[in-house]
Amino acid sequence: MSELRKISRRQFLKQTGQAGGGLVFALTFATACQPQEEAVGPAAKMAASVSPNVYVNIRNDGIVEIICHRSEMGQGIRTSLPQVIADELEADWDKIELIQAVGHEKYASQNTDGSTSIRQQFDLLRNAGATARDMMIAAAAAEWGVPVEECSARNHAVHHEASGRTAGYGDLVDAADGMPQPETAEFKSREDYRYIGKPMDTIDGVAFTTGTAIYGTDIVLPDMLYASIERCPAYGGTVTDYDDTRSREVAGVVDVVRLPDPVMPPVFNHQGGVAVLATNTWAAEQGRAALEIEWDRGPNAVYSSEPYKEQLIASAMSPGNEVLSRGDADAPAETMHEAVYYAPHLSQAPMEPPAATARFNEDGSCEAWACTQNPQSARDTLAAVLGIDKEQITVHVTLLGGGFGRKSKSDFIVEAALLARETGKPVKVTWTREDDLRHGYLHSVSAQYFRAGMDEDGSVTTMLHRTSFPSISSTFAPGATGPASMELGLGAIDAPWNVPNMRLESCDALAHARIGWFRSVCNVWHAFGSCGFVDELAAIRGKDPLENLVEMIGPPRNVDPADDGGEYTNYGQSLEQHPVDTGRLTAVAEKVADMAGWGRDLPDGHGLGIAVHRSFLAYVGAVAEVSVDENGDIAVDEMWLCIDAGLVVNPDRVVSQMEGAAIFGMSLALHGELTATDGAIDQGNFDTYPIVRMNEVPREIHVHIMESDAPPGGVGEPGLPPVAPAIVNAYFAATGTRVRELPLRNAGLT
Amino acid sequence: MAINCELNGEEVSLDADPSMPLAHAIRDIAGLTGTKVACGKALCGACTVHIDGQPVRACVYPVSAVAGRSVTTIEGLSQDGNHPLQVAWRELNVAQCGYCQSGQIMTAAALLTRTPEPSDDDINTAMDGNLCRCGTYTRIRDAIRRAAEGQS
Ligand code: FES
Ligand code: FES
Repeated sequence: MSELRKISRRQFLKQTGQAGGGLVFALTFATACQPQEEAVGPAAKMAASVSPNVYVNIRNDGIVEIICHRSEMGQGIRTSLPQVIADELEADWDKIELIQAVGHEKYASQNTDGSTSIRQQFDLLRNAGATARDMMIAAAAAEWGVPVEECSARNHAVHHEASGRTAGYGDLVDAADGMPQPETAEFKSREDYRYIGKPMDTIDGVAFTTGTAIYGTDIVLPDMLYASIERCPAYGGTVTDYDDTRSREVAGVVDVVRLPDPVMPPVFNHQGGVAVLATNTWAAEQGRAALEIEWDRGPNAVYSSEPYKEQLIASAMSPGNEVLSRGDADAPAETMHEAVYYAPHLSQAPMEPPAATARFNEDGSCEAWACTQNPQSARDTLAAVLGIDKEQITVHVTLLGGGFGRKSKSDFIVEAALLARETGKPVKVTWTREDDLRHGYLHSVSAQYFRAGMDEDGSVTTMLHRTSFPSISSTFAPGATGPASMELGLGAIDAPWNVPNMRLESCDALAHARIGWFRSVCNVWHAFGSCGFVDELAAIRGKDPLENLVEMIGPPRNVDPADDGGEYTNYGQSLEQHPVDTGRLTAVAEKVADMAGWGRDLPDGHGLGIAVHRSFLAYVGAVAEVSVDENGDIAVDEMWLCIDAGLVVNPDRVVSQMEGAAIFGMSLALHGELTATDGAIDQGNFDTYPIVRMNEVPREIHVHIMESDAPPGGVGEPGLPPVAPAIVNAYFAATGTRVRELPLRNAGLT
Repeated sequence: MAINCELNGEEVSLDADPSMPLAHAIRDIAGLTGTKVACGKALCGACTVHIDGQPVRACVYPVSAVAGRSVTTIEGLSQDGNHPLQVAWRELNVAQCGYCQSGQIMTAAALLTRTPEPSDDDINTAMDGNLCRCGTYTRIRDAIRRAAEGQS
């Protein structure tokens, strides 16, 4: 729980940095998207506003400012966060103003990653609203000289039923000023919610449709230089020599700066290279194209995807480290089936490539504006790289044109800050799409081996799962040799299969690329492999895939990997509150099958495929209907998704996340692949790294949200993992051909 | 070099290198940031604007070629932000991150001008060059249908 402190309006402005200081961006962003109201409070008031905690500031004009400390990247947090606070606060939705917070440790974690905003901070947000509400009630009670218990808050005002008195929140600011702050307050009961659980319209709707939404790439500061950076083709390589003569001749080019060499492990730091700074983006890019640079590609020049793939598959086929075991997975069985699944590197490819602007002020302080998923970590990283106190650093958060994990890393912000310091001018660094695909934090490449044993009547008695992939830990620790326990907890250790003899092994794999988070992370390949393999067993057992799936999940129970020696962190939350509940998993499987009309007659060349997966504490089932044309090309005609994420705050945003996950999952199933040659990524833009486009989009994507009393789970990520296996399983149903490698494009199917 | 054109109904003079893509001139020179760049290679549609009513990919269209012509960006699509598409987009909460949406709306607006009652095929064909990484496509289709119904 974050510290709840009372701060005056003036301090508040200073601390959030969102007003004053003449920052065009901050003012535009804070006010562009919210309902505005004329100030109504009497001018004689002493206190302009009161802040019951760092998330709420109540102004004497009746406007409640809600501070959004999490980043908006399309998941809708700028709408659902105020929904929670305003609901507990009994605030009028039309009288709230949303302020985007800067990065600061006075807030709880701002790391908008891991689908955590609601699942981990629901109570914190409710508390922010509820304590603010109680403070208003206490202020009114004191003003009227009546007991607090006789007062209640409703619709932006406090009421005293006995005397019929009412005071609006704005009119209570003075009375509340100086009052002690409640640290805890009782939460409303669920049936009294006004906003939570309602499909409130996106708060940024007007900005999104009129071109006034401000992203990282849109920041403009007076006197600013535009930078474009040429980085080493191979991860970790360095500049040996460069000639910038022709670059400097390009009209508009102001300076050329060599960045400090990268330090390994990369963490969230810059990657070195040569920056061209100019008076506009185009000149910077032209100047960059004219650079002549000699590189030392460094140790990762050895990285080429073709031989690496063979090594990785060989690693998955050899015994690894035991991670979890029950019974004897090597016990003899009547029938054995084995399979290898492979999935390539991917790029998050948010529509807005990384962009950041930084400037140094006269007092030595540094300000940055960026589309960051994690402004607190950006601030810490800047402090470390620049060697200045973090109190001297302010990180402003813009809207993010997509994030998907890419923008949790602050390398691009560090670049802007280094260049601003070097040139003494504000600098905006804009990545091109090529930069984004070639110099990102890649979704890891993976190979998995599965083996199952069945007895005479077809029951699955043994299962062995080996997973091999270069680990994200390699980005933080040199020489990390394979999957970290945290990564194995993403869809492998927590596998729901009800098989009496089971073993999970992790196999070593060295990283030669900068590895990072990608929407749903390892769940993507773990679900692809295990839901594909389980579907294979249906065919072998002669069972309907749905029936087989439900049987493999087994009776409703709570799975605790610790029972079998597995170290499981459950997405940072307790198993008591968020068990691995196979009953809920089966329920979404059955529901989504029902939605799709499972078992209905299909035309020739059509097939239905199903997959289910629990991740980020939510359960999602997906069914795809695919058809294959005379050329053998696959089309995804329709999709169905069912999610059980416990209580949901904004059902419309949950539906949109599922729709988005379906398309994102189609992209990686059909097209997505990054490969390396001599350390350099081969792909560069959407021609070589295609994502799904309108002509491929299913005629409909149907989404159902399960009614649930369970505490909230994640939403942004859990929709993705079951999509690719549902498509692959549907392809099998349509053609009888099993695909164990992504993307399908490589098998000539698109 | 100064390039004179009409931008969202106003005569402007853009002081830009003639080879500068229109998208950069609009953003960096004219200061209108509603037009986005996401690929720079005419592969995604994020930069779509209208030149004399026709949709173009402004990231590969040299600014010199708009001399004497009329350019419309998302900021100039309607006076009040209430073009039927903008309204439909909000009613259906189409946007997720929003970054591709200026280009989507501009492409859709050109479609509706050309074909006020588009079939599903018309929509798919017209919108096929506009990528959305967030995957808002099904809502884009619905919003175009809704706007078309409201207009006709
Ligand atoms: S930015 Fe112009 S088409 Fe992608
Ligand atoms: S809404 Fe994010 S890219 Fe389309």
